Amino acid sequence: MDQFTIDHLIRLLRSAGGVADGVELNAGIVDEAYTDLGYDSLALLEMSAKIQQEFGVAIPDEDVTELKTPRQTIDYLNDRMSPI
Amino acid sequence: MTTPATLRNGRPRVAITGLGVVAPGGIGVKAFWDLLTSGRTATRSISLFDATGFRSRVAAECDFYPEEEGLSPQEIRRLDRAAQFGLVCVRDAIADSGVAGLVPPERIGVSIGSAVGCTMRLEDEYVVLSNGGEKWLVDPAYLVPHAYDYMVPSTIAAEAARAAGAEGPVALISTGCTAGLDSIGHGLRLLYENSADLVIAGAADAPLSPITAACFDAIKATSPDNDDPEHASRPFDLNRHGFVLGEGAAVLVLERLDDARARGARIYGEIVGFASRSNAFHMTGLKPDGREMAEAITVAMAQNGVAPEDIDYINAHGSGTKQNDRHETAAFKRSLGQRAYEVPVSSIKSMIGHSLGAIGSIEVAACALALTHQVVPPTANLHTPDPECDLDYVPLTARDQELDMVLSVGSGFGGFQSAMVVARGSAA
Amino acid sequence: MSTGTVVTGLGIVAPGGFGAAEYWAFVLAGRSAIGPITRFDPSPYPTRLAGEVRGFVAEERVPGRIVVQTDQWTHLGLAATDLALADARLEPAAVPEYEMAVVTASSSGGTEFGQREIQSLWRRGPQFVGAYQSIAWFYAATTGQISIRHGMRGPCGVVCTEQAGGLDALAQARRLVRDGSRMVLTGGTDASLCPYGLTAQLASGRLSRSQDALRAYVPFDAQAGGYVPGEGGAILVVEDERAALARGARAYGTVAGYGATFDPAPETGREPGLRRAAELALADAGIGPDRIDVVFADAVGLPELDRQEAAAITAIFGPYGVPVTAPKTMSGRLYAGGAALDVAVALLSIRDGVIPPTIGILRQAEECELDLVRDRARPASVSTALVLARGYGGFNAAAVVTAPSL
Repeated sequence: MDQFTIDHLIRLLRSAGGVADGVELNAGIVDEAYTDLGYDSLALLEMSAKIQQEFGVAIPDEDVTELKTPRQTIDYLNDRMSPI
Repeated sequence: MTTPATLRNGRPRVAITGLGVVAPGGIGVKAFWDLLTSGRTATRSISLFDATGFRSRVAAECDFYPEEEGLSPQEIRRLDRAAQFGLVCVRDAIADSGVAGLVPPERIGVSIGSAVGCTMRLEDEYVVLSNGGEKWLVDPAYLVPHAYDYMVPSTIAAEAARAAGAEGPVALISTGCTAGLDSIGHGLRLLYENSADLVIAGAADAPLSPITAACFDAIKATSPDNDDPEHASRPFDLNRHGFVLGEGAAVLVLERLDDARARGARIYGEIVGFASRSNAFHMTGLKPDGREMAEAITVAMAQNGVAPEDIDYINAHGSGTKQNDRHETAAFKRSLGQRAYEVPVSSIKSMIGHSLGAIGSIEVAACALALTHQVVPPTANLHTPDPECDLDYVPLTARDQELDMVLSVGSGFGGFQSAMVVARGSAA
Repeated sequence: MSTGTVVTGLGIVAPGGFGAAEYWAFVLAGRSAIGPITRFDPSPYPTRLAGEVRGFVAEERVPGRIVVQTDQWTHLGLAATDLALADARLEPAAVPEYEMAVVTASSSGGTEFGQREIQSLWRRGPQFVGAYQSIAWFYAATTGQISIRHGMRGPCGVVCTEQAGGLDALAQARRLVRDGSRMVLTGGTDASLCPYGLTAQLASGRLSRSQDALRAYVPFDAQAGGYVPGEGGAILVVEDERAALARGARAYGTVAGYGATFDPAPETGREPGLRRAAELALADAGIGPDRIDVVFADAVGLPELDRQEAAAITAIFGPYGVPVTAPKTMSGRLYAGGAALDVAVALLSIRDGVIPPTIGILRQAEECELDLVRDRARPASVSTALVLARGYGGFNAAAVVTAPSL
């Protein structure tokens, strides 16, 4: 795999954090703040752990809280994932 | 001058007449108080299990040798470490109070707090039954007869009740990290409503097992300062990086003040207020304004008409996480106003770590000893003040001070906030 | 100057029924919800029957964000809370935030969630333990989630006394009402039907090993051989009587009496504490035994414990002196949820003047001189009920509930 996409992220978000009532997870959320989508710090920690387990990219503590939207997470990961 | 038998709100005054403590740095009340006033720390690299691969590998461990503490081989085999701590504390506290045999069993109540119960043994048994996590359908063939005792935390209260010879109301209170304050609060109610004449109240936790350590690793709540374990617990310091897990227990003997005086008991202090509130905000997150903790403090003080100027010392929750220490500082300002800037505040978690549910009772024991000895224990490791934590946190060294009234607070997962006011034991 | 404490809402999520109406119809019909365990493959275990809350889909009853971060035990508690609030027609937003409290009983915490995470830890390493284990596994998870979900900022409590917990929590709720809380959510749920949960329960030596769903849990029967575990329970809305009256609420009844004791050490041979707990509850209610119309028994289903309970009841009421029932024979023993469910059923019994049955008994044990309401519901004028509960380890609790005075 050479790109981390919004589809990967949505799958991980769904399993790590569930889906808040009234929210639909689709490509349209890419610039929405995680907090507006109903995800708290625990959900983001859970997602970053899953990212590390599945994609082998460790997100340091201080960066987890800095990634505030799906696009920021996707860009962050694509900068750090070496294409296979 | 004689103090009245009741608080301003009409409830009986309750005296602390016995103490038992098992804490990191020393077993027993004397060792505990020596450590707290020395400013030394009991935090170190984890030795109770192999912490390789864990994010946080520091803890405050008890040097606890159950045989030396008088536990029988059967008790050692049967009981989880937390229950063992509790048992030792109950026996010590009753011996300390001199109350043994004076109250009929059916008038003795027990209220013990614990956040994680017997999970150390619960995990040990799981590892065997699942063959190291291999099987989801764990194999009952390897079952030990006590596995159910580990599954239900109430075992700790049941063992404490047996040790106390209690046949009155007995309960285990498990409100996470406020359990040790809430269990004493429950004990007070048993005396207020006359369900008991003597209450053994306290808390015990032994969370230094892989699963509980991993829980806090996963949410990055515990300190990763593994290279400097002795200085890893740094409440209110700018360079604090989370709490350090601890373990231990404390048990108090509680009686109505009148009864304690009538039998000429030694009185460590009186509990003159208790309240709890919840933030209904987040299971782990705290709003920076400290509003609900402030409310708990205000309500606890009001029960005996205690004014902010009356508070001479605050034993803080002071866990050493970024958000807690800010939250709590705000709560003190909100509830005590200007007095918050004048009154000494300290966190003994800097020395003995955070033993989850047990710590609330351990801290009330520390308050009782502070009142008895007229000494404020310090906050160890506080070298670099955090501009957001701008109160007098008694850094590094204990302070001799006249103390008549002290406040102890706790804050925990679930959003729970509790506060207790303890007064100097008035002479008979 | 305390006023009464009344129950104004029942939220039942238990094997046999979802919601008070459905569950009540179920127990009156005298059917059994006990069946083979379906949550995992029970074939390697000597106990394969349980009371499961069939058809419960957490995603339909609990917000999606909460489902992933909590155990089944908490899912059931949150769902029961919603039912209780709706039943009480109580809108939390209309009540002052600090005057709403939450006290639940817990007997073993988030067992299934916990097993999954401990397995991850031991199989794969500490970094594979999820962020929610810290808030899902511990005994305060349900109380905390209820408080947060409904904005209840008053005192929060969690009582652990195994099966006695439901009554001890109810008593805590009454203390909080007397202390100034306007309403308290109380009760409890349990869900330990996972492999490790069942295995640990087997160690108590109290589980039935029968494979016959109709005969596996037959307390007070000459062939009683243990109990069948279950999941679920009940959450109750408890209110200050005046506050309930002021908002025009309908009350199911009053929490009139409570007593709790702890057993003497078994080796002393002294009488266990259950009788004394019941007597304390009667004294607290200010009534004599003649006023009790029905006893909801703890009914462990082990001969010695059944005999002890029968002796306690007989000592107070005389042989065959009061109708006794154990509708838990239809759902299994629900631990933290069990006694709360019994209180809910007792209140429905008062409302409708009918005592639900104990099922499955073929031949009552001779030493249990009880007027056991068997097989079919019995119409009766019920205005006061005594509920008994014992928690593993020596805990006893008793509660008296009476018809509403409103």
